[in-house]
Amino acid sequence: MLTLADLGVLQRVEEVDGRILVGLIPTHAGCPALGAIRADVVRALADAGFAEVEVRIDPAPAWSSDLISPVGREALRRAGISPPGPAGAQAPVPLAIGPPRLVDAHRDLVCPRCGATQVEVLSDFGPTPCLMLARCQACREPFEHLKEH
Amino acid sequence: MTDSVYTGLVDLAADPADHWAFGSDFVDPISELADMPVVLGDADPSDVAVGCLALGDDALVLAHRLSEWCSRAPDLEEDVALANVALDLLGQARLLLGRAAAADPRLVARLTADVPEDSPAPPEDRLAFFRRAEDFRNVTLVELPRGDFADVVVKVLLFSTTRLTLLESLRASPDPVLAGLAAKGGKETRYHQGFAARWFEVLALGTEESRARLNAAIEALWPRLHELTAPDEVLSRGLGVDPAAAREVVYVDLESLCARCGLEVPERVALWGPGGRRGRHTEHLSRMLAEMQSVARAHPRGVW
Repeated sequence: MLTLADLGVLQRVEEVDGRILVGLIPTHAGCPALGAIRADVVRALADAGFAEVEVRIDPAPAWSSDLISPVGREALRRAGISPPGPAGAQAPVPLAIGPPRLVDAHRDLVCPRCGATQVEVLSDFGPTPCLMLARCQACREPFEHLKEH
Repeated sequence: MTDSVYTGLVDLAADPADHWAFGSDFVDPISELADMPVVLGDADPSDVAVGCLALGDDALVLAHRLSEWCSRAPDLEEDVALANVALDLLGQARLLLGRAAAADPRLVARLTADVPEDSPAPPEDRLAFFRRAEDFRNVTLVELPRGDFADVVVKVLLFSTTRLTLLESLRASPDPVLAGLAAKGGKETRYHQGFAARWFEVLALGTEESRARLNAAIEALWPRLHELTAPDEVLSRGLGVDPAAAREVVYVDLESLCARCGLEVPERVALWGPGGRRGRHTEHLSRMLAEMQSVARAHPRGVW
């Protein structure tokens, strides 16, 4: 559906003395898929003829949903997942406990099926750490939204 | 015909080291990140290690308590939410415990003397599953038993509000892994705080029953907020993190939330005693660990 590069997870590819060095960054601290993702990368490179491969997890940059490419966003939408809005710069997090919905982008959610903007948020969490749940009030279908992060 | 989602999930011809398995050759990418050489700056490695343990244990113990809510929450969305918060915290805990071991290589051996030498358990697991209660450095708030939904809402609110301030300070760490964790953890913790604050408001403005339960939770848990904002030499020296620096802001912020919800503003009281940062825990921690550590302790050389 979409590539690791589209997601902003694949950050670095270098060739040094015949070895391929790859750098990935995790989307969330508790991302459980990292091992499988790395195995996929190793396998894909092996299939392409590169046997000398090293895939590392880089500590920086910190992944942000802003790193998802326009191609990636379109692929998400086509798969029925509402892509994230702009997460904004990594400013210091203000302490004051704010209004009920913390992420302004919630107000601009668009149903990926019918395009309506009358959307209600069901939960700030979802089946994976990166998703939240919403429901379109026009076509009545629920959908997942990739959280601004 | 679409691909089955299970296609490629298990590849029997693949290298077994690619499949996650405890005690096998599989190396988890997160532990590789945690094992990278620690940039200490001016800090003593032992202080860095114990500081990481403190922040890591906070997350580990609360993650475990929150996981006890699985299938017990009032509704499906809340069950998923609490599980997500637990997973975020567990990710932070893994990295912090791994970092503690990387900062002070003899720390693990010192604290986990009953692990047989041929145990395949990596440092983060040794610290989680083979330490005694008195060597845990978490604040006492997180080790308390589950309680009811009002209790978990207040617990997550107090914890995430203070953790936000700690992680914000940690972003200035000279160590890129800790700084990266702080940046990522801060964003996640914001969602946790939002979840708790929203439910706090709902319970406060709900029914007589919800308000009574929320007030009971506040009365039981608010006194433990003092420990979360207590000065800590090791955290200051080791990680440049001072929990006391944000005490006033934290209290004012939480008190104004109470006022906005029409609740009586709780008194700023403290509980007596040295607290969890010094390894003085309530009786609940050892019971929790007895269950949490039981499998690992029964099979310290286990591979599965």
